[in-house]
Amino acid sequence: MDSVLFPDIGRPIRVATNNFVDYLVINYGDGFEAFSNFILFFLVQLERFLRSADPVVVLLCVALLTYAASRRIGLTIGMVVAMWLVGALGLWEQAMQTIAIMLVSVALSVMIGIPAGVLASRSERFRAGLNPVLDLMQTIPSFVYLIPAAMLFGLGKVPAILATVIYAAPPLIRLTDLGIRMVDSEVVEASRAFGATRWQVLKGVQIPLALPSIMQGVNQTMMMALAMVVIASMIGARGVGETVLLGLQRNDSGQGLVGGIAIVILAILFDRITQSAGQRMQAYRKVNG
Amino acid sequence: MVKIQVKNITKIFGPRSAEMLSKVKAGMGKEELLAETGHTLGLDNVSLSIGKGEIFVIMGLSGSGKSTMIRHFNRLIDPTDGQIIVDGTDVMSLNRKELEDFRRHKMSMVFQRFGLLPHRTVVQNVAYGLEVQGVKRDQRETKAREWIEAVGLAGFEDQYPSQLSGGMQQRVGLARALATDADVLLMDEAFSALDPLIRSQMQDQLVELQEKLHKTIVFITHDLDEALRIGDKIAILKDGKLSQVGTPPEILLQPADDYVRAFVRDVNRARVLTVDTVMQPPEWRITHDNMERALADMRRKGEEFGYVVENKEFRGVVTQEALEEEIAKPGDNPSLYEFADDSGSVDLESTIEEALPATLESDYPVPVVDESGHFKGVLSNEEVGSILTPPEEEVAEGDATEKDGSASGADAEEKKTSGESVKRAS
Repeated sequence: MDSVLFPDIGRPIRVATNNFVDYLVINYGDGFEAFSNFILFFLVQLERFLRSADPVVVLLCVALLTYAASRRIGLTIGMVVAMWLVGALGLWEQAMQTIAIMLVSVALSVMIGIPAGVLASRSERFRAGLNPVLDLMQTIPSFVYLIPAAMLFGLGKVPAILATVIYAAPPLIRLTDLGIRMVDSEVVEASRAFGATRWQVLKGVQIPLALPSIMQGVNQTMMMALAMVVIASMIGARGVGETVLLGLQRNDSGQGLVGGIAIVILAILFDRITQSAGQRMQAYRKVNG
Repeated sequence: MVKIQVKNITKIFGPRSAEMLSKVKAGMGKEELLAETGHTLGLDNVSLSIGKGEIFVIMGLSGSGKSTMIRHFNRLIDPTDGQIIVDGTDVMSLNRKELEDFRRHKMSMVFQRFGLLPHRTVVQNVAYGLEVQGVKRDQRETKAREWIEAVGLAGFEDQYPSQLSGGMQQRVGLARALATDADVLLMDEAFSALDPLIRSQMQDQLVELQEKLHKTIVFITHDLDEALRIGDKIAILKDGKLSQVGTPPEILLQPADDYVRAFVRDVNRARVLTVDTVMQPPEWRITHDNMERALADMRRKGEEFGYVVENKEFRGVVTQEALEEEIAKPGDNPSLYEFADDSGSVDLESTIEEALPATLESDYPVPVVDESGHFKGVLSNEEVGSILTPPEEEVAEGDATEKDGSASGADAEEKKTSGESVKRAS
């Protein structure tokens, strides 16, 4: 349909994008594959470790982690029971796969998110440029970048991880930025007045005092990473998401529900552990004489 | 000896501050600049000279630029124009590395809201300056513990700041600043956030520490009483401009303008001024112990009383009446040194408030003696009275502080134009 009012710019964009992706695949395919293999290496190691471990050992680790983070017996028992429930639902293997993907995604998000947040807190200009990018990352449908990602990295886990990072990193970046900006300016000034270098101010004052906020960001990133598991499974990542996807494809509501429960349990587990860890890190705030 | 020299510092806040400098230099005022360009004039051509070992107080109300001023000394704020010279080094010329070094070793700072690191214990806070310098852990903590003890916080080393009261937190701030052994201590409204009682304790402690340490202290406050209490010299800032610089008695007795005058009006002068700033030189003294000669001298001069001095040392006061009575008595006259009444003297260093009862009880001007018992001057009721009257705004400069015609009009005029040149009356 020809129109005077709307010149067709959709087609050029489409063609240009496709050409660009083709160009990348043809010319830099090896580079992308190397990167893909690099991430895959860590993921496979972690996944193999988690899946080969005796479930009793994993349950014990959950208990230890929860107790170390919270020092609460009740919560510890609750978390172990929750984890046991995942196994009882028959999704232990899948849960381990999901945990592996999630942990690698979160690790990547932290590696990107904290430095980006620190930079944003220091430079208004960087922040102004970053903000629309973060908005885009959070709102653009995942499939839009999953198509080229699948082409560049191949189907499977790596594009899933990438999609997860794109979706899950923004809250960490924002909360790191906010946390550092909220640090009492007089404390930062005091640190500078004693001749601290920028790095010393960052390491000794800003990061520790922004830690509650940063931990909140890590927590949010974990939650969002878990929210992505179903979409991730669509491009070939295994795990609990796949269970839900299969339920959808086979019109099996029961299986979908079982997978959904497992995802929720994992979310609660990671949420409680990181929240308690965050609270204990700022224990000094609670002491009042 | 001059420790810090501030030369023509101007600070303009705003995106195009450098361009605005010429306007300010052409004489544009703070309000005009704000209305026309949206730039704030923080400091307007301020020059100061701070001596080594001095407690130099910069006083002003909020918005006067005093906190901006103190942040220029260690360049937490960079001036738009001007120089700051510390020990002959122009602070403005330092690069980042040199500036960090300068802050580590030359100057330390105490903050209004303490600026303590909430996630560190008291000892870790006090050791912070040394940690930044790269001093080893056990070394810096040993030193920190010494300073914690010196400020009276022994036993609280392993508490967190939030567990301490405001006064104790500020002691931590003070110990942290002292631990780096910097020559210059910057104190930004250090005691303003404290209760009045704790504040005066801290002031005493600071003065006490200063007697041992002889640091150069730049102290910011909005409280004139505090300034008068601890300051060797006081600079008064208004709207980024320097109103007056002088010693506490100079500020009180020769306020340079209406702004300063309005400030000093509410001050309890009797508590601030000391006897030596108010007393007059004695008109005459008796320097021998012969009663009859003394009586004859008194009659000749028409004096009702005389101050007896033996080799500069004050021995007492005698009245004509008492001498006549004693001489009329049969037998040898006693030594005048023994006979003179030495009960009613006041100390040179005491405040007018402390000297007031003795002055009021006495029929004659009270003799003033220094620590070694030397006779220094006399203090009369009239002088005390005139000093306690606050200067009137309507009265021309200097008149209100004139006493017994000793400060002539021309004299007072000169003092007004160069407040800094006036020395203490002693």
